[in-house]
Formats: sequence, structure tokens, C-alpha cells
Amino acid sequence: MAKSHVSTTVNGDPVEFLCDAPETMLDVLRNTLGLTGTKEGCGTGDCGACSIIVDGRVVCGCLMLAVEATGKQVTTIEGIGAPDRLHPVQQAFLEDAALQCGFCTPGFIVAAKALLDRNPDPSETEIRYWLAGNLCRCTGYDKIVRAVQHAAAEMKGQPA
Amino acid sequence: MARVVLSGDLGRRFAGGEVEIRVSGSNVLRLIKALEERYPGIADVLESDAMAVAIDGIVYQDAMLEDVGEESEVYFLPAIRGGR
Amino acid sequence: MTYEPKNLRVVGTRPIRHDGADKVTGRANYASDFTLPGMLWGRVLRSPHAHTRVISINTDKARALPGVKAVITGADLTLPPPGITQAGESAINTQHLAKNLLARDKVFYDGHPVAAVAAISEAIAQQALGLIEVVYEVLPHVIDVDEAMRDDAPLLHDDLFTEGVEPKPEKPSNIAKRIFVGKGDIAKGFAEADIVIERSFTTKAVHQGYIEPQGVVANYAEDGQAMVWCSSQGQFLIRDLCITMLGMEASSLKVIPAEIGGGFGGKTTVYLEPLALMLSKAAGRPVKLTMTRGEVLRATGPHSGSSMTAKIGAMKDGTITTAEVVIKFQAGAFPGSPVGAAVMFCSAPYDIPNLSITGYDVVVNIPKIHAYRAPGAPNGAFAFETVLDELARELKMDPIDFRAKNSAVEGSKSPYGPTHGPIGGIECLSSAKNHPHYKANLGPNQGRGVASGFWINIGGQSAATVVVNRDGTISLVEGCPDIGGTRASLAMMCAEVLGIVAEKVRPSIVDTTAIAFNDVTGGSRVTFATGIAVVQATEDAVRQMRERAAKMWDIEVDQVGWRDGAAQELNGNRSLTISQIAQKAAKTGGQIMGHASINAHGAGPSLTTHLCDVEVDRETGKITILRYTTFQDAGKAVHPSYVEGQMQGGAAQGIGWALNEEYIHDAQGRLENAGFLDYRMPVASDLPMIDAVIIEVPNPNHPFGVRGVGEAPIVPPLAAIANAIYDATGVRMRDLPFSPPKVLAALEAAGKAKANG
Ligand code: FES
Ligand code: FES
Repeated sequence: MAKSHVSTTVNGDPVEFLCDAPETMLDVLRNTLGLTGTKEGCGTGDCGACSIIVDGRVVCGCLMLAVEATGKQVTTIEGIGAPDRLHPVQQAFLEDAALQCGFCTPGFIVAAKALLDRNPDPSETEIRYWLAGNLCRCTGYDKIVRAVQHAAAEMKGQPA
Repeated sequence: MARVVLSGDLGRRFAGGEVEIRVSGSNVLRLIKALEERYPGIADVLESDAMAVAIDGIVYQDAMLEDVGEESEVYFLPAIRGGR
Repeated sequence: MTYEPKNLRVVGTRPIRHDGADKVTGRANYASDFTLPGMLWGRVLRSPHAHTRVISINTDKARALPGVKAVITGADLTLPPPGITQAGESAINTQHLAKNLLARDKVFYDGHPVAAVAAISEAIAQQALGLIEVVYEVLPHVIDVDEAMRDDAPLLHDDLFTEGVEPKPEKPSNIAKRIFVGKGDIAKGFAEADIVIERSFTTKAVHQGYIEPQGVVANYAEDGQAMVWCSSQGQFLIRDLCITMLGMEASSLKVIPAEIGGGFGGKTTVYLEPLALMLSKAAGRPVKLTMTRGEVLRATGPHSGSSMTAKIGAMKDGTITTAEVVIKFQAGAFPGSPVGAAVMFCSAPYDIPNLSITGYDVVVNIPKIHAYRAPGAPNGAFAFETVLDELARELKMDPIDFRAKNSAVEGSKSPYGPTHGPIGGIECLSSAKNHPHYKANLGPNQGRGVASGFWINIGGQSAATVVVNRDGTISLVEGCPDIGGTRASLAMMCAEVLGIVAEKVRPSIVDTTAIAFNDVTGGSRVTFATGIAVVQATEDAVRQMRERAAKMWDIEVDQVGWRDGAAQELNGNRSLTISQIAQKAAKTGGQIMGHASINAHGAGPSLTTHLCDVEVDRETGKITILRYTTFQDAGKAVHPSYVEGQMQGGAAQGIGWALNEEYIHDAQGRLENAGFLDYRMPVASDLPMIDAVIIEVPNPNHPFGVRGVGEAPIVPPLAAIANAIYDATGVRMRDLPFSPPKVLAALEAAGKAKANG
């Protein structure tokens, strides 16, 4: 079976890769591009560990075919924050102890950043429903929700 | 002489019910030796990994050389990590 | 080591965890993030049947597929000699483990591995599985624990005779073991009681639900030296199980701990590691094996479903006189459920003079049960704490007062024998009673439930090395995988002893060749037991630094004290900081390194009380958790945020267990809900904030008073929610989970009974 050639943008960089038709974006990120920050918890769209941002929307990397990335802007956990400064969501997760094992954390941070990009002032309920596609088995979500609230407050306090 | 309590399954099996006995032995190893004289076969059970010992309320999962005082209360109980 | 009250500067604060930046940026490497040059991909073929004989396995076609480099079956795994390997809260029977890794003549559950393949790509490995021809002879199966105990039940093992009954049974059965804990005289106790309530309960098998599936990379070299990268709760356990399975020497296998994406007890055994080593040995190349979520749910150890009866008697004044409890646990395919803990601890928050508690360990056709957070205790507490709630209502007593009246305290005898040291049961109850949550008003269809829980906590073997660097920073070397912030708590204890800030201590968790043996991260033991090792290793380093300072000043070492990260001359005002001493270390005897390798004893039990408010939707049967507060004795919270995190996370798991989680099998015994869509764990929108109130009754056997905290919080939620549902509706739920259809049916049945009554 011939491989498909895909040109896309990942974390701001132009990227090209070859993939088989059934390969998911998650497989390509992890196995072809070496971006292992995006995790696989289920492979069926039910845990959010593989959350990435594609053209501004949060999607499950495990449900997206790699060929669909053609011409799109893809952001992964590796593309969030800068070398000299963590993104406010990342910083809030650290300060508020919003992670235990940390396996779900990249997915939550990606999803939370996308939320705050579109809604800088979410209510607790909005945060909980927005993050309802991301499973965390360790924290009971309390500190995650607080970290997102904290990050929202920080981001409002700063000129964007 | 320490107070040793054989309760639960252990008491049933070796003493026909719960018993509290006075046994001399200044550490767990010596205590088990003394118990074996009274209840042949009990040493194998007490020394197995499936058993823990509590001396004065402190549970030891792998006791052998721990001191046992003259007035100590000693229980043998299933090791919680050895519930199997 | 014993507790001494002292002024603490680091312990009890909330620094940022040392591995935090790696984990919020995606840098942290979990098991399946590793790759090696030349690496092959493995896949496992699993039985689609719950109980079968394996007549034959033909792998010829799979081997012939281009790109396939190795195929293994049960015939390739020599049965190891009988033995037991200790694994934290459980002990692993080596022959059962071998039969679980790869089925031999019999398959015991849907998902049981029968063969494994390594190939140059995952797709080819998957294709090869389809070419393996297995002839099965399907047998009748049994999953329900009560059914499995019947005389006419399908028999899993014809060589299994019940242990713990006299006389020894002549016929094999599915009952592996009967255990008993008791004291006093229950007949007398029931005679003294004014009210006796007896109820029966059932729970379904549930899964630990860690988000990271099992994964491993193994590399077996021609000279017999091997390496394994995997995520587990203990690299030493993985090493010991692998070498036992494969007949290797301990020094030949290096196990490198990856970050672990949750375990909760489920990652204290091996499923893939020995297979990956065998495949790597056969192929002569590194092999990666990972599980899909479906494989995790179908083939890794869930926690026992159970069937229980609790009969408790109390006097009019609220004194509990006696309890008689029978607890039956699913063990899965092989003996060894955590029923012992349910038996020992279900009544442990209380001081009850007459007790008879019997447990049965029963094999059934689901995967071998494995530890899950406070293994066994939540089931027992569900039954016990629900009956207590009924008693309190009958007695017209406040449920907290009723519990407090019977609470175990320092000096009372535990059900499992020993006398309790200081424990925080009463403190949790009174803190709950005085909390605003307990006084808040409830609306229609809303109710409040209370329940308590107990977990014994364990100590065990731990080692630590404290290396003093030239610049005064510290490399803290330890061997317990960090699942919930233990790097931080251990580094903080090291910093506290040295008198420096936690950020100057860098913890690392090293492989099996770089430190002495450590038991698993489990049983809530790391902050307690490894904490003691760290404190001792740090004290060792401090002693050496005082000696070096004495040499540099040319005085006796007893003239040198230690304060604020520096050696202090006791009869003078000279001082030398860590870095000043370390810079001269080459001249005074070489680099300074403190070390400790210990077996820690005296882990203090942790008690906890939960308050839960629910609202019941009478139209749909849906239960909404409105408010949840946990109170728990942590002894001393080293890093309070992570203690709260344990309390909140444990409560959330208990809530999931209560409301939705269960293993559902079809008529053929196949798992029907082997995915997160149908195995429904709580998501953020299912839960409210979970308030965590930390209570500190110091453990006398730890230098800072620490008790384990990880397990206890999962114990009370099942009963707390059941009691809250009753408070809201007047309906008693005794069969888990309380999923909407079941709640609706119970409400309708109660409505009918009322109408007819
Ligand atoms: S791995 Fe994609 S949602 Fe779970
Ligand atoms: S921190 Fe472990 S799954 Fe979220």
C-alpha cells in the first residue's frame, strides 16, 4: 500500500511526513515525529490524553487520521509555553499541584489552553464541562479546575 | 515472659480457640522457637511470609531479631501484603 | 525512628514538585515513550473465551509472514518452581503468574494471553496474530462469586482444595481459602443487644482505571544481559518477577523505571515484561509491547466483586456489642483476592468486644484480581458502614455520635489483634461534626451520608543515598516510582534535616542496579518508609559533614553541631556551610555520601470520615454528588497539597465505584464494556469540588509523625453515598453500582411497596 505524503504545520514549524492511510495523527506525532508529550490512554476518543489543537479546535489525536493534517495548524503540548516561560496554565498546574502521575496532564493543559483562548473567564461549570472529555484518575479534578481558574485570573491580569 | 495471643485461624488451628499464653524469648526468633515446643508445626506457619507479627501494637512484616520485652503483647496476624 | 515534635521549616510547606516542569511540558517519559534503534513491535493474542481447554496452537503461518521475527506460546515458558514473591499489598504465586502470562493447557478468562508476536511493525504483528491457529474446547464458566461457591459450579482448577477449613476437604472446589478473625463471644454479644440488624450486599468487579496502559521496551542481549524499561509501581518487583519467570540472575537484568501514569495497586505485577524479554531473546532485537485500553480492562487485574452479609447488634445507649460478618470475594482466575483486608479492617474504626468475621477467596473466570487502593477495605466498609447507618437511625442517634461512641482509640484492641497506638478516628469524627458541611441545609430529594474508613498502611524495605555536591546542592537517590508527588515529599524531608530549602535537593529515581532493594510504591508506604530511609541517609551525611568540619577546625567531632545547613562550632562561633565542607571534601576524605537501607516498621493506621450530599433525580434515577468533604488523619502532611490530592483522588475513585463502575459480562463470559465509554469513570462534570480536611495525629514511629495517606480515602465513599441516597429518598441501596436504572428501579419498588402497604 502506497504511503501518503502529508505537509502540515506542527507547533509553528513546517513538517512533512509519510503515513499509511489508517494511521492516526497520534501515531504519527508519537512514532514518526517523536513528539511523545501527547499520550495515548484509550485510542478510542474517550480519555483526552491525546488532546491536540488543530486550527484552533481541540481534537483527539487518536480519532484524527494523519492525512487530515494536510494544510492544518497543529499544536501539541510541546508547542505550549516558551523555553524561558511556561504558559500560565502550565504554571498554575505546578503551583496548584494539579497533577499527580502527570499522564493526563498534557491533554488537560492543551484543552484548558484552548478553553481560555476562546473564553477568558469561564465559570466552574464551564470549565468542568469543557474538560469532561479528559479523564484524570488521580486527582478527582478539584485541583485541576482550580488551576484553570487560577490561570484564567493570571491571564486576565496580564496584557495578552 | 511476653504475652502471646493466638487468635483467629491460628488459635483455632493450634489451640482449639483463642489463647493467651506466657512465653519466654527475648526476640521474635526465640519466641517462635519456644512456641514450636508447645505447638509443634506452628513455627512453619509463623515464619512464613504470609504472617506478620505485632509487638506492643507495632506491626512488623518481617520480624526476626526484633526485641520482645518481658511485658510485651505479641500477636501474629496475616501479613497484609501477604493476603496473597 | 521515633517522632519528636520540632519546629519545621520545610515539612508542611507546598513547594513546586521537582518533576513538575517535565510533566507539564510533555517531556516526562512514560513507558511507551521509549524507543530503541532496531526495535520490533510486539502484540499479544488473547483468548476470546472465558473458560476453555487449549487443544492446540499452530504458529507456522504466523512465523512465515514476512517481517515476523518471533512468536511465543505457553510452551516456551518453563513453569518456574513453586514459590511466592512479595509484591507490596499482595503476594504473587510464581506458578500462577506463569500460567497467567501465557495460557498453557487452559484459558481462565476472556483476554487470557495465548501467544505473542514480534514483528518489524505493529501492523505486521497484528496481522500475524490473525494467522495463529488455536483450537479451543469451550468449557462452562462462572463469574458470580456466590454461584462459583455452589457445589455444581464449573470448576476452574481440579487441584484446588479449600485452605483454612477443618477437616481438609476431599473434593476440589472454587473456594481457595477461608479466613477468620474473631474475638469474644458473639452469641453473648447478640443477647446483650437491644437491636440487631442483618443485611446483605453485593459489589461488582471494578478496575483501577489508571490512564496509562501497561507498556514495556525490553532488550535481551546474546550474553544473557537484559534491560527493561517499563512503568510500574516498583522496578525491583518487576526485576524479581521477570528473573523468576525466566530463570535469570538478578544481576543480569536491569529494570529502568519510566514515569508511571497511575497504578493504584494495578501495576504491582507483570503482564508484558517477561513476554517482551522472551520475544527480544528470540528475535535478537529490542521489542516494545504495549496494551490497548481494551486489553487493560480485559486482561489486567481488576478488583474483586463481592457478596457480603453483615449482622450488627447494639444496645439502646448506642454501644455496639457485637458484629458477625461474612465476606466472599472474587479472586479471578487464580487464588489470592484481598479478602483478608476486608475481614481485618471492615470493623476496625470501632472497638467492638465480640466479633466473628469470615472471608472466602473464590476463583472465577475473570482476570486474576490485583490490588486496588486499600485493597478489599472499601467492600467491607460498604457493608459495615451501611448497617451502622441503619442502626443509628433505629436508635435515633446522630450517625457521627454513634460512630464516636464506639470509636477505636489509643489503647483499644484492633479486630486483627494488636492494641492501637495513637489513631485519629475520634478527631476525624469531631472535625466532621463541627464542619459547616454537616450543618448546611438540604433541599428536597437531597440527602447527606456519613461513613468512616480504616487502612493499616505498611512499611517495608527502602533505601536512599544522599550525595553532597561541591556547590552545596544535594542529589537524593531513591528507588520508589513517583506516582503522586513523592519526589517532592522525600526531598522536603531531606532538606528539613539538612536545614536547607527543598529546591536545593534534587531527587532521582534510579534503576535496579543503582540502589539497594526497595519495595513497591504501594500500601501508602513511600512517604513513611522511604521517608525514614531518606531521613537516616541524610543524618548519615550530616554526621560525616560534622566529622569533616571537625577535621578542618582540628577539634573533636562532639564539639561540632548542625544547624541551618551548616556545621556549627559549639564552643565558638565558627561555622561551615554544606558547600564549604563539600569543596574541601577531596582533601578531607572524598565526596560525602550518606546512605540507608532499611526495613521500616510501625506505619500508623490512617482513619478517615467522609461527608457526602447527594441529590436524587426521581425521573431518571441519576445521583448527583452535590458536596463532598473528607477528613483524614495524615499523621503529618509533608506536602499538604499532595496529601489533599490523595484524599480527593481516592474519594473520586470511590464515587465512581459507587455510581457507575462495574465489569459487565455477556452470556459467554466476555467483558462487554472493555473501553472508557462503557466502563464509565467520573469526569470533571460529574463531580463537585472535594474538600479535604487534614487532621494530624502524629505517628510515633516516624521522625516527622507521618502516616500513609493514599489508601484510606477510597474506603468510605461507597457507604457514604448509599447512606446519603437513603437520607434523600428513604430507599436503601445495597447492590453496587448505584447506576440510574438501578436507582430508578429501587425507587419504583419502594413507591409500590408504600402504595400497597
Ligand atoms: S487516546 Fe485519544 S482519547 Fe484516549
Ligand atoms: S494525574 Fe494521573 S491521571 Fe491525572
